[in-house]
Amino acid sequence: MTMYFTKNTLNQSKELSDKWEEEVRQTVARTPDQKARCSTVSDLEIKRLYTPEDIEKTDFARDIGAPGEFPFLRGNQATGYRGRYWTFRMFSGMGSAFDTNARWHMLLKEGNAGLSTAFDFPTLMGYDSDSPKARGECGRCGVAIDTLDDFRTLMEGIPMDRVTTSMTINPPATALWAMYCAAAESKGASLAQIGGTIQNDMLKEFIAQKTFMCPPEPSVRLISDTVEFGTKHVPNWNTISISGYHIREAGSTAIQELAFTLRDGIEYVEDVIRRKGLDVDEFAPRLSFFFNAHIDFFEEICKMRAARRIWARVMRDRFHAKNPRSWWMRFHTQTAGCSLTAQQPYNNVVRTAVEALAAVLGGTQSLHTNSLDEVLCLPSDHAVEIALRTQQILAEETGVANTIDPLAGSYFVESLTNKMEEEAWAYIEKIDAMGGMVSAIEKGFPQLEIADAAYRFQQQIDAGEKTMVGVNKYASSAKQEIPVQDINPQVEEEQIARLSAVKRRRDSRAVKRDLDELKSACKTGKNVMPFCIQAVKELATVQEICDVYREVFGEYRDPGLY
Amino acid sequence: MTEEFEGMEQLRKIRAGDVRTASRLIRNLEDELPEAKSAIRRIFPHTGRAHVVGITGSPGAGKSTLVDALIASFRKREKTVGVLAVDPTSPFTGGAILGDRIRMQRHAEDPGVFVRSLATRGALGGLSKAVGDAVHVMDVMGKDLILVETVGTGQQEVEIINHSHTVIVVLVPGMGDEIQAIKAGIMEIADIFVINKADRDGSHQLESELMSMLNMVPEFQGGWRPPIVRIGNCFEPGPFGESLEELAAVIGDHYRRLVETDLLGDRMRRKTMVEIHEALRDAILAPILKEMTESGEMEEIAGRLLRKETDPYTIAAEVARRRLK
Amino acid sequence: MAEKKIRIMVAKPGLDGHDRGARILARCFRDAGFEVIYTGCHQTPEQIAAAAIQEDVDIVGLSCLSGAHRYLFPRVVEILKEKGAADITVIGGGIIPDQDFPSLYDAGIKAIFTPGAPLDTIVQWVRTNVQPRNE
Repeated sequence: MTMYFTKNTLNQSKELSDKWEEEVRQTVARTPDQKARCSTVSDLEIKRLYTPEDIEKTDFARDIGAPGEFPFLRGNQATGYRGRYWTFRMFSGMGSAFDTNARWHMLLKEGNAGLSTAFDFPTLMGYDSDSPKARGECGRCGVAIDTLDDFRTLMEGIPMDRVTTSMTINPPATALWAMYCAAAESKGASLAQIGGTIQNDMLKEFIAQKTFMCPPEPSVRLISDTVEFGTKHVPNWNTISISGYHIREAGSTAIQELAFTLRDGIEYVEDVIRRKGLDVDEFAPRLSFFFNAHIDFFEEICKMRAARRIWARVMRDRFHAKNPRSWWMRFHTQTAGCSLTAQQPYNNVVRTAVEALAAVLGGTQSLHTNSLDEVLCLPSDHAVEIALRTQQILAEETGVANTIDPLAGSYFVESLTNKMEEEAWAYIEKIDAMGGMVSAIEKGFPQLEIADAAYRFQQQIDAGEKTMVGVNKYASSAKQEIPVQDINPQVEEEQIARLSAVKRRRDSRAVKRDLDELKSACKTGKNVMPFCIQAVKELATVQEICDVYREVFGEYRDPGLY
Repeated sequence: MTEEFEGMEQLRKIRAGDVRTASRLIRNLEDELPEAKSAIRRIFPHTGRAHVVGITGSPGAGKSTLVDALIASFRKREKTVGVLAVDPTSPFTGGAILGDRIRMQRHAEDPGVFVRSLATRGALGGLSKAVGDAVHVMDVMGKDLILVETVGTGQQEVEIINHSHTVIVVLVPGMGDEIQAIKAGIMEIADIFVINKADRDGSHQLESELMSMLNMVPEFQGGWRPPIVRIGNCFEPGPFGESLEELAAVIGDHYRRLVETDLLGDRMRRKTMVEIHEALRDAILAPILKEMTESGEMEEIAGRLLRKETDPYTIAAEVARRRLK
Repeated sequence: MAEKKIRIMVAKPGLDGHDRGARILARCFRDAGFEVIYTGCHQTPEQIAAAAIQEDVDIVGLSCLSGAHRYLFPRVVEILKEKGAADITVIGGGIIPDQDFPSLYDAGIKAIFTPGAPLDTIVQWVRTNVQPRNE
């Protein structure tokens, strides 16, 4: 074993530490610390000082290594950000497909390199705009899409063979991805050419975000269908973005985010291998991840570094993947919505900048920076521009992208990275012992762990143990007025009108036939994707496709764990 | 006169199925308002129509999901359903999160279904009384079936369950439930056993353990040997639905057997015994305890006991001599 | 007589599943000694109002983060009124822009709490403005 430090260095370090500790004792006796205990935003205790002793067991070759080499602690790319920066990918969508299309053209013009779609809640939940459950929601939190017609409008003037698009869509992912494929084909872009991502991660929905439709087991099956279809026909598509973001937003700790996300990833890999009989190296290189960048700077950087290392070990040692690309963890990052405050909203620009910096130092592949007004409403054009400029300043002014993983070797950073990895493994092993993530979810385990953490944090805020500037400290009665982006209430009416026009115009017999075929594919275990593409081409709606799933697989309802 | 009139009006509304009036009366009974007693007197003669089904099992046994599915199944048979869902009160704060109805919310708008949550509130005998009274209210509302769901872990739960005509004990493989249930005396009162989540490992072992336990019973009342119903994974709609239909049918069978063999009378007597015990405790013991506490006598007795100057039995005999002439 | 308790329903109308706030509040109300009925996510205003009446709650707290509060919150108040339960207090929370406050107050929402409102403030508001059994 190659030791990181020589015995001599460690002895010297020990000697100096003892001396330093004595000095601290005397100083604290005169001027006590401000706080009895310092911890991260996740309440992980942090020491006053880290020294070589904290990482004496770290093995350089095994645990650290070089960028582009196993275990990828220092990043996937040998060239770091010098080859190219992370992708500036701003999440957007609101109102009708026309409105969102206009916003996208603005973003592409301003230097956004990839698109990222926010759908409204009816679309996210697999309901059409004319469903009674959709009342008041249409176009509010994202774009309303009912049929391929809307989707074509959304992509109008966008070069689908060149621009990659990410779609945050989960239960109806098959339907929306089918629309993307169909829209691309009709514009002459082949499935082999198009690139992008569908989020398509249902496990985290049961754990955290609650956008669910069918029970866990069939939900995972639909995901495996998309992985298989992508592997065989759409090679540049990331068919799943295994997400910790929402787990964190639901109030988890950084370690929970790390552990549950990676355990979700393990569950998906196992299912695809078992159900589809694919070799792990056939599909693993297209798996992608999605993390939160919260406000605790070092904790986040260490989380991302640890994530890469754990995944590399999982893929190589647990699944015996041979292709180094399978060992890579590629991930998108979004700054933490839950760290923003409605009070003194301009402070959010600063928070987002710090969080974005953590994501860059953590080695993210793409990044969304939140707009300062997102805690109040949908982001306005002006706020989105500041958020995008934040990324451009980080990339091109600050110099942080000049060298790879600049924090490596720091006693603190390496020690915290190790600590996060250890604790994540402990969770992963616990969930393994429960029989996997689906079974842990049925027992309510991750849900309750997160609920406990969220409640603890809120109590710490209320007790003043943790600070949110402008909320529980430095509050000010003067209001900072900001312009609020509003959605035209007519969007709902107009969308419903468009939908009913489509329903009148389409060949309803063909729609019924295609939906029946989809139903039998669901029952017989055939891959649903070709049937979805066929159905959307005949203008079947998102809800009609989802109703087939609901009928065959049953509906999952909130088990209400608290 | 007006009080009498209001009382009659209340009765009329409840008999007409008015949810607001009924749920307020249940609240009054829970809060033990004095006027609630006279309301019970008024509605009592109109009770005795509903089939009361108690469902008990340890936390996480899946009782609420089962109740939700049973509601759907009974509604298909055009029966109206009342549900009383009991959840524990936190001993530390006195508050409670009553979460059982989450799983039944899809029936919220069905006028043939009335779901009411109750917190245990930790009162001596009080909960069982509140449940028994609430059952009466739902009965008078005309609910055909009343499902009482409670966590089966102690004597209090056995008392609650004794308000039912049919008792279902829900067990899950691999949780050591049967041992808990035996300890709590719940096995003896079961009319139907449900093995929930029967797709899990250990369900057959649990079933054979139950079988051998039942085989040791020399004779069953009314010749009813408690059947064991296996319920599959609720996330597999097909098999789950079928096993649920079986359970609903078994519940109906049990009720018919109760009627045919006049065991129903027995069960009603059992409920009456619980009620009279509670009423007596309420009328006799509760005022004595209250007075002794308020006068400081209890505190003084505690001191004497701690100093070993006397023992609890001597004290009890003394109090009884003094108070119950 | 048993102690009277405030009965409060915490409900999530609409399709958004962001229940972090709702669940934290449910726990916090329990710790304040209230009896809390939690509905879970994805409820229609009709389901919420029906449940509130069946449970005889004193107050309903609505949480919505999707922007659909303008329709959903007033609709709950309206249905309660139709069903003769106008005495049940309705409050709301979530991502609600200042400009929407007046119309929500006009519609009968008694208080609105946005992100960052201390739990204690919310509990105190309930204690001050709501009596058990609304007596």
